[in-house]
Amino acid sequence: MSAQEAIGRPSGAQRIRDAAFRMALVACLALAIGLLTVLLVDVAIDGAGKLDWNFINNFTSIDADKAGIQAALWGTIWLMGVCALFIVPVGVGTAIYLEEYADGTRWWNHLIELNVQNLAAVPSIVYGILGLAFLVRGPLSFGNVVLAGGLTLGLLVLPMVIIAGREALRAVPSSIREGSMALGATQWQTIWRQVLPAAVPGIATGVILALSRAIGETAPLIVVGAATVIAFNPTGLDSAFTAMPIQIFDWISRASNDINDYRPLAAAGILVLILLLLAMNGVAIWLRNRFEQKW
Amino acid sequence: MAAAGTTALATGRPEAPSLRAARRRWGESVIKGLLLLAALISLLTTFGIVYALLEETIVFFGEVGFSDFLFGTKWTPLFEPASFGVLPLVAGTFATTLIGLLVAIPLGLAAAVYLSEYARPRVRKTIKPILELLAGIPTIVFGYFALTFFTPEILRGFFHLDVGIFNALAAGIIIGFLIIPIVASISEDSMRSVPQALREGAFGLGASKLQVTVRVVFPAALSGIVASVVLAMSRAVGETMVVVIAGGLQPQWGADVGKSMETLTAFIAATAKGDVPTGSTEYKTLFAVGMTLFAITLVINIISIRLVRKYRQVYE
Repeated sequence: MSAQEAIGRPSGAQRIRDAAFRMALVACLALAIGLLTVLLVDVAIDGAGKLDWNFINNFTSIDADKAGIQAALWGTIWLMGVCALFIVPVGVGTAIYLEEYADGTRWWNHLIELNVQNLAAVPSIVYGILGLAFLVRGPLSFGNVVLAGGLTLGLLVLPMVIIAGREALRAVPSSIREGSMALGATQWQTIWRQVLPAAVPGIATGVILALSRAIGETAPLIVVGAATVIAFNPTGLDSAFTAMPIQIFDWISRASNDINDYRPLAAAGILVLILLLLAMNGVAIWLRNRFEQKW
Repeated sequence: MAAAGTTALATGRPEAPSLRAARRRWGESVIKGLLLLAALISLLTTFGIVYALLEETIVFFGEVGFSDFLFGTKWTPLFEPASFGVLPLVAGTFATTLIGLLVAIPLGLAAAVYLSEYARPRVRKTIKPILELLAGIPTIVFGYFALTFFTPEILRGFFHLDVGIFNALAAGIIIGFLIIPIVASISEDSMRSVPQALREGAFGLGASKLQVTVRVVFPAALSGIVASVVLAMSRAVGETMVVVIAGGLQPQWGADVGKSMETLTAFIAATAKGDVPTGSTEYKTLFAVGMTLFAITLVINIISIRLVRKYRQVYE
């Protein structure tokens, strides 16, 4: 046996171990993806029969045959509207402040940064408690209304928007800023006319992903008192509301008590929710691919 | 002021323009102030959370002894005789989190190793978004799946386990699956940031791919891997809908995961579901339990933020 073979080539036993390890890795991955597939197929089988125009167009009802998701769908649309109107200015504003203005060596800016990181990992139900104590009752006392629900969700996903916004701003090369400033533009003119337009695709992607997180959140809405049995759409910010995940949760809870009457409703609701999510994610991916700039 | 500067300059060199602003632009300062205000909202959120939790928690401890709460093993706040020992809820949270980690650590790490060391770029580009989907699906969907499929068909049907309709085992396993992407993506980033030279050096010494992965890449990426697990743990502790739907609402001071175990989050959701009157006992327990949950996740988050910082400094 030559010296080169002794060093360079793994022995037969080693090669078998290598192959086994590789197969174990693939098996683990297959298990994870397999569960995801089973989940989607299971929900589709349970819910497909219920998913028709009546389901979208009817209000919820004690009678499982007539029940639909209209109030919840409109409630969710209202919530997402409030949430978007809150997170876009506040989230982008914070991102601009931290990236373009803040002096990173100052302790308070450091604190804001650390704070955003921690907020991103606070359990969603804790935001529900915040909403309950400050928005629904307490100082602001909006009541169990759209405005309180939307703002609670907004606070929950705000860190996501800030983090995505900062990354988008950081990706704009500083030569753009310097060029603009050298031509006599002020700092804000530079940000507003040069930096922000270049960062918009990244920011928009972040906002859509944040909204697609918010749309499926159930726990905080339970705590801020979303109603479960409502037969009207929200008419304004001060209107009582339900939302799709809340409606689904209600149907799931009923399914486990009754004789399985409500399970197809819950599954059909989940299908609508997942379709909405896929559409939102599709838009985000499209935005990223269409407008992504390489510098 | 600026004008005076220009004239002073003008006496020496008539053509030289001033580089200073012609006048102070108040609009610029106002905008900066507004942006700072936006940044302060996130800070206010944290203060709001702490204040809201503390305010009612203090009232709560005016009525219930601190050690009765923290070390009590009986949680029956809404029945007579009321008992406020939070340990059964902590046990429920601990059990589901532990089961979740036992699922997510091997599966998530395997995915990370495969994606970082073995997969060709095209395979990686396809598999990664699919894995991320596990984290993108609302947790209520996982709850539905755990209750209507996983417990009856898999645990009872396939494995013939004697578990209740609501049990901590199913909830924990499903939580494990939904935190896989957290473990996988952060660990993968950390493994990919291990310099190629380390791998080449090991290959040059005759190591096999397995040896390089396990003995070189894995240890070098360890702090990132630990950080990913800690972050996933924080997520598992805070997970609500899966445990409310599939884990059951019976507090249990024990470790029978085949039965219902109520978690901190499940108690909050189940109690808040009815419209709780302000100032009532339920209302106060909501905040005391919320404070406990927040404190646990805060500690975990601080550890994970520190770890992430630490590993980022190594190879950059």
